[in-house]
Amino acid sequence: MENAIIELEGLTKFYGSLKAVDNLHLRINAGEVFGLLGPNGAGKTTTILMMLGLTEPSGGMARVCGFNATKDPISVKRKVGYMPDSVGFYDNMTAFENLSYIARLNGIPAHDVYHRVQEMMELVGLGAAMHKKTSAYSRGMKQRLGLADVLIRQPEVIILDEPTLGIDPTGVKEFLHLIRQLSRQQGITVLLSSHHLHQVQQVCDRVGIFVGGKLLAEGDIHQLSQHLFSEEAYLVTITVKDALSDTTAWESMLLQMEAVKKVTASGNTIEVSCTGNITPKLVRFLVEKGFDIMGVHQKEYGLEEIYQRYFDNNLTENVSHGKSSGLFQRSFFRKTAQ
Amino acid sequence: MESPVVYFKDLFSGRLHSKKAGSRGVSDAVSRQQPFVVMVRKEVADHIRSWRFIVLLILIVLTFAGAMYVSLSNLKAAVSNENDPDRLFLYLKLLTATDGSLPPFHIFMSFLGALLGISLGFDAINAERNNGTLIRLLAQPVYRDNLLLAKFVSALVVVAVLFLSLSLLMIGGGLIITGVRIEGAEFCRILSFVVLTVLYVGFWLSLAILLSVKFRQATTSALTAIGIWLFFTVFYRIVVNMIVKSFFPDPNFMAQEDILFYNNVILDLLRLAPSQLYTDATTTLLMPSVRSLGPLTMEQMAGAIPSPLSVRESILIVWPQVSGLLAATAVCFALAYFWFMRAEIRT
Repeated sequence: MENAIIELEGLTKFYGSLKAVDNLHLRINAGEVFGLLGPNGAGKTTTILMMLGLTEPSGGMARVCGFNATKDPISVKRKVGYMPDSVGFYDNMTAFENLSYIARLNGIPAHDVYHRVQEMMELVGLGAAMHKKTSAYSRGMKQRLGLADVLIRQPEVIILDEPTLGIDPTGVKEFLHLIRQLSRQQGITVLLSSHHLHQVQQVCDRVGIFVGGKLLAEGDIHQLSQHLFSEEAYLVTITVKDALSDTTAWESMLLQMEAVKKVTASGNTIEVSCTGNITPKLVRFLVEKGFDIMGVHQKEYGLEEIYQRYFDNNLTENVSHGKSSGLFQRSFFRKTAQ
Repeated sequence: MESPVVYFKDLFSGRLHSKKAGSRGVSDAVSRQQPFVVMVRKEVADHIRSWRFIVLLILIVLTFAGAMYVSLSNLKAAVSNENDPDRLFLYLKLLTATDGSLPPFHIFMSFLGALLGISLGFDAINAERNNGTLIRLLAQPVYRDNLLLAKFVSALVVVAVLFLSLSLLMIGGGLIITGVRIEGAEFCRILSFVVLTVLYVGFWLSLAILLSVKFRQATTSALTAIGIWLFFTVFYRIVVNMIVKSFFPDPNFMAQEDILFYNNVILDLLRLAPSQLYTDATTTLLMPSVRSLGPLTMEQMAGAIPSPLSVRESILIVWPQVSGLLAATAVCFALAYFWFMRAEIRT
């Protein structure tokens, strides 16, 4: 691929016997918005930490902006802005002081610090609360301050770990819009981890689905649904007036039509799975056969289904690993993908 | 958050930025600070503003004032004591003279110095970790050891300034009250006392930082540090005494050399405690007539005139103590460094 800015080659991380990240290969191109999608405990944060050299990988290599993240983390950190999932600030300092501390740490000249910080605070909509102590900030405000904190050093890559956690829906929309805009206009690469499908769907160019330390699939939404539902990308449900009797005759005729993969009939509904969008053809066929059609419903697969599908596939085997918070103790995922 | 891109006109394009940096490179280099300096500045500011430090400051200043008051009221008696070879060192007497109602300042410091070091360092790393600021800080282009070093240096700077100003105040006050000129040797001794005190606080500080790297909870690390401190100040002496009583032979049946040998062993055991090292060293520095920290035989004492030693000789006597303290500090710091450098940082 052209111009990969983040390259992960066989990245692996063990915590004791637990494999948190399993032989991960991933390339992210410059200027793209990539969504890392997965449930809690899938190894998203661990992967991100390894990209920043904050954790040593057990095997493999992470290369960011051309630098090896494990051996040369400082060069990587000069180019990458990282916002952790729970951003913390020094509570005894004001937001302005917090931000100017970071600005100075990044070597921004003293005479520029004031303007730069002010600019950033206004950009994320905190201009009015600039001189308040961060202990008085709400969760959403802290999240915005976190973004300002990431942007102040003019990074080439932004890594956001669960950035929309704890912001209200309007805030999320603005936030994602801002990220998207930055990426488009300034060519910043954005890596975004989340378990909120819809948000990821809104902004990301490409998505990687990450479960149990493995990248199960990557690509844009369209590619993903094709890859996953190659057999039945479309599901057409047709409701007819009278209960169906003798089905075998026309079922075999339906199956002979190209693109049709599966036909199930029960009561007065017929479900047809097919690889292409052939709804009109199906309707015409059934009308010709003399059926009274009451309703036609065509189902397309969104990210939700994709996500669900992966998790359902993995539900079969209960291996308890991952962050063992009570809710997820019955872990959904087995280590090896199907 | 409307049309934010306007603000970023050329902020994000690396090429433009580097071009600009090229033209103003010289002025930038002057006003741009090293991350380490920035961190130390911030940490020092944090210490000075914290209530914890203010409380300790008040405690130490009060102790100092109390010790000074007692020594000033006993100064006349101490200076006119003909049997004391140190009687002419007025300013050293100010630091050490006492009538028994209050221990002298340097004995106080062996307790308070430890407390000061512990309280400045016990939450150095784990508080940042728990607040979620550690990961944000380490995602900046700074070396990890810079953070550890900044924590250590900033606390040490604060402590050094505190003790230096206290002793200068004492010297100034002494000058005004007594009108006696200070000798160069006295000044050197007081200065080395300050350095030694800072070093002693530095040991407890590095121990506290070590514990703050090791333990996730600030309270755990504080309690552990205080536990170690209590062990060395209270229980260690008792434990050594117990060992001596049960394992060593009865001194009534021993020859002179054996008694000397065992005494030295006991002293060496006691000197494993940092507070003992500190007390030994300060006593020697502040009392110029102290010739040895162990027992001396009659042959060694024969022909010696009970006169004060020179500064250089006093320092030579305490050199083992100083290096012991330095080594202990270095070990704690190195261990903290070892644990911290490869630790995974996550909230």
